[in-house]
Amino acid sequence: MCLAVPGKIVETYQADGLKMGKVDFGGVVRETCLEYVPQAEVGDYVVIHVGFAISMVSEEEAQATLETLREIMRLGEELGPEPDMQ
Amino acid sequence: MKHITEYRDADLVHGVLDEIRQTVTKPWVLMEICGGQTHAIVRHGIDQLLPPEIELVHGPGCPVCVTPVELIDKSLAIAAYPEVIFTSYGDMLRVPGSGRDLFSVRASVGDVRVVYSPLDAVKIAQNNPDREVVFFAIGFETTAPPNAMSVVQAQRLGLKNYSILVSHVRVPPAMHVILDSPHNRVQGFLAAGHVCAVMGYWEYPPIAEKYGVPIVVTGFEPLDIVQGILQATRQLEEGRCEAENAYSRVVTFEGNRPAQKLIERVFEPCDRKWRGIGIIPGSGWRLRQEFAEFDAELRFDVEAIQPEESPLCIAGQILQGLKKPHDCSVFGLKCTPERPLGATMVSSEGACAAYYRYGR
Repeated sequence: MCLAVPGKIVETYQADGLKMGKVDFGGVVRETCLEYVPQAEVGDYVVIHVGFAISMVSEEEAQATLETLREIMRLGEELGPEPDMQ
Repeated sequence: MKHITEYRDADLVHGVLDEIRQTVTKPWVLMEICGGQTHAIVRHGIDQLLPPEIELVHGPGCPVCVTPVELIDKSLAIAAYPEVIFTSYGDMLRVPGSGRDLFSVRASVGDVRVVYSPLDAVKIAQNNPDREVVFFAIGFETTAPPNAMSVVQAQRLGLKNYSILVSHVRVPPAMHVILDSPHNRVQGFLAAGHVCAVMGYWEYPPIAEKYGVPIVVTGFEPLDIVQGILQATRQLEEGRCEAENAYSRVVTFEGNRPAQKLIERVFEPCDRKWRGIGIIPGSGWRLRQEFAEFDAELRFDVEAIQPEESPLCIAGQILQGLKKPHDCSVFGLKCTPERPLGATMVSSEGACAAYYRYGR
């Protein structure tokens, strides 16, 4: 139920008094309500749940997280497995 | 797909799993709150890749599972009215009420339609002015803003034939119930990322402090989940208990203020019964008085329902992390996704359905 997926806004418009948009999920485009992300513009990534954008995706935070996790992996590889003390 | 593919990188996931193995020295029990996370964990086999010290128990974050059977029975009664078009998220159709489910109502007398969004239900009401359109508004904090918007939109459009059957629930009161239980085993939480996308996580530091449990806001892709587990494990090993955010690309501390404001405008807190668990004070939302005309429970006469639950189903204990699906005597035997006794075997977020589907 709380499943939500990120997609890219490709169009915004007003319909029945609501800020709406078309959002591209890797080739599949669906209509989405953008009322809860008033600052969102075409090109932004948003997280969509039951036809509503509930959050923006922060590119900076995404990059920072991935960099931290890559660093963890690199350190693990450099240190190698723990020596087997017999 | 951007913002998904990167978080399914097997090398990175294994790198973080290695780090968890390096970090852990003692056994710890973590609960992932959200049923969507339960399914991701079991589907990707994360539970089997973790070091044996880390045990994951599955939380109550499955709205379909915790919707009380009385309300399912009410939905069945309303859906059977000839003037009604009953609309719902697809997950609800196979959830057993006392006797039957929405599917069987659809097959016999009712006009029951699956919608993707509550705004679709509003459109159906616009297009069918001579019918009563009812939307089954279940869900946690994530789903409350869309459901609230549907009511505001129906009001703006002057629709007199739209109403919602509300069964909203909130996560933090359920965390209190789990942690207050004398049988509680949970030592740390992976908080539900999309609930926090809406609500933020400002409600969690007091819970972390009061009960001495780390709470880590966690996403839904494999890398998100192992990152959440790593952060919770580090806290436990270091003797810390803080609210942290492992899903910062989507979640902020404050959450989505416009969404919170609309929830507050449309809904007010109420006590709510959770299927299998019982009444949790202050754990629900109901429509405020000024939106009473959109309340399906007031619009349709559906009192005097005597709900019946299967005495064999242990879903309530599973949803509180006290038992696992395979502890149930009827799991996979008398209770299967084709003939479910409890909602946890039906929902795409139910722990029993996940265990059955992925062979745990």
